[in-house]
Amino acid sequence: MAASTLRYGRLRAVSAVAVIGFLFTSCGGSSDASDEIRVSAASSLSRVFAELELAFEAAHPGVDVVLNLAASSLLREQILAGAPVDAYASASTDTMTPVVVAGLTVGGATTFAHGSLAIAVPFGNPGNVTGLDDFGSEELLIGLCDIAVPCGTYARQVMSRAGVEPAIDTNEPNVLSLLTKIEEGELDAGIVYMTDVRSASGEVEGIEIPDAVNVAADYPIAVIVEGPNTEGGRAFVDFVMSGVGQEILAGFGFVTP
Amino acid sequence: MSREKARHGRSRPPIAFVVLAAIAVVFFLLPLIGLLARTPWSDLVSLLASEVVADALVLSAIASFAAVTISTVVGVPLAWVLARVDFRGRALVRGLVLLPLVLPPVVGGAALLFALGRRGVVGEPLYEATGLVLPFSIWGVVIAVTFVSMPFLVLTVEGALRNVDVRFEGAAGSLGAGGWTVFRRVTLPMIGPSLAAGMVLTWARAIGEFGATVTFAGNLAGETQTLPLAVFVALETNRDTATALSLLMVAISLTVLVLLRDRWLRPQ
Repeated sequence: MAASTLRYGRLRAVSAVAVIGFLFTSCGGSSDASDEIRVSAASSLSRVFAELELAFEAAHPGVDVVLNLAASSLLREQILAGAPVDAYASASTDTMTPVVVAGLTVGGATTFAHGSLAIAVPFGNPGNVTGLDDFGSEELLIGLCDIAVPCGTYARQVMSRAGVEPAIDTNEPNVLSLLTKIEEGELDAGIVYMTDVRSASGEVEGIEIPDAVNVAADYPIAVIVEGPNTEGGRAFVDFVMSGVGQEILAGFGFVTP
Repeated sequence: MSREKARHGRSRPPIAFVVLAAIAVVFFLLPLIGLLARTPWSDLVSLLASEVVADALVLSAIASFAAVTISTVVGVPLAWVLARVDFRGRALVRGLVLLPLVLPPVVGGAALLFALGRRGVVGEPLYEATGLVLPFSIWGVVIAVTFVSMPFLVLTVEGALRNVDVRFEGAAGSLGAGGWTVFRRVTLPMIGPSLAAGMVLTWARAIGEFGATVTFAGNLAGETQTLPLAVFVALETNRDTATALSLLMVAISLTVLVLLRDRWLRPQ
């Protein structure tokens, strides 16, 4: 397999920790609805949405975009339970569909980006992982996202297409916690989004997954009906779909529609 | 004060106290009512009759009892030292013991990973010497839940030791009993109820532990997936299973807490 091995900067474990911590923090407090936009976004979008937030706020002085970053499925549950969210960006159509079906979106969802998966190994590749076949090895410590979250569902699709039965040692609750364990060298390999390997400031190396078995993940975004600031949600979604927004996404390695 | 009067005082509490206490009870009761209202009663048995649930139940039982055992074996001596020995840095040690209570469990789990993981400060030499990897194993689960739950035992027992009249110990000592005998025959019976309370609190904290476990030990059904982790995974896929599992945890915990309270923690 032609493996392009790339290394990037360091992801702070703290970011994964912060994301998980966020899961257990309810959205408290209130403020003037018109100057605050609450955006729930998938863990795998953490970095690019932080950038989108900054760009949006720069273009709209006085507006504060508040990001709620967690696993898409957890965000979906929060929204279905009536969480005050203005826009929802998820990592799969599967996690978006129930929200659309429940009639909680304004005019359905739009795909704003595509992504594919990649193998991530710690810097130096201590397990000498060369490709998907190594995921069957009992000797290696292998981690995937849990099947309940999109990166876990996609990873299993890739595994089944490649005909590999993975010898999994942990099913992580979200992609950032998986990435952290790989960066720390606690796992020998895992399957994450290509964008995670690209944008990670981390001590991880990426190994490409052949197109024939890879997936093309759709990232949908929607304005949420029950949000306290639907108009703001609409403005943010429009910004993500705009030339500037799409350029930022492309900069983080996303394929734009 | 006569016994009569003391009993009288107990039977007629200030009305304001009763009202405030009732508010507190309602506060604890509401989430339980919410859980019961959501429980899919008709499918309860089929939802819980799975290998994943059985595995999680066994693992949670092993890990929580291991946490209580370890906490007792090293935590009681620690509590004794903190209560009886005046040494420099005692406040610091006590602060250290409190740390797991203040740290978000996920941060505690990450810290454990940095210390005891395969590439951790202590974990790396351990791995190189023995090939032992603590995360992603039952050892990882036990370490994570013990880290988070032991403070409850140490704090409870230390508090009790401070209230023990040291003259009893002194008397026993002057009659020729050795240090260990004094502790076993005099001190231990006096702090017995507090020790039991500490053990129960430790167990309760251990059985519900989520954040440190998932961060340090990972999540694999049959290996490291305790009941709270199973609830978390189920919450993202099947809410009915999550509710059924939560109810199971509540039932187990309430049963144990109520039974133990009646047996050991009766007011003296």
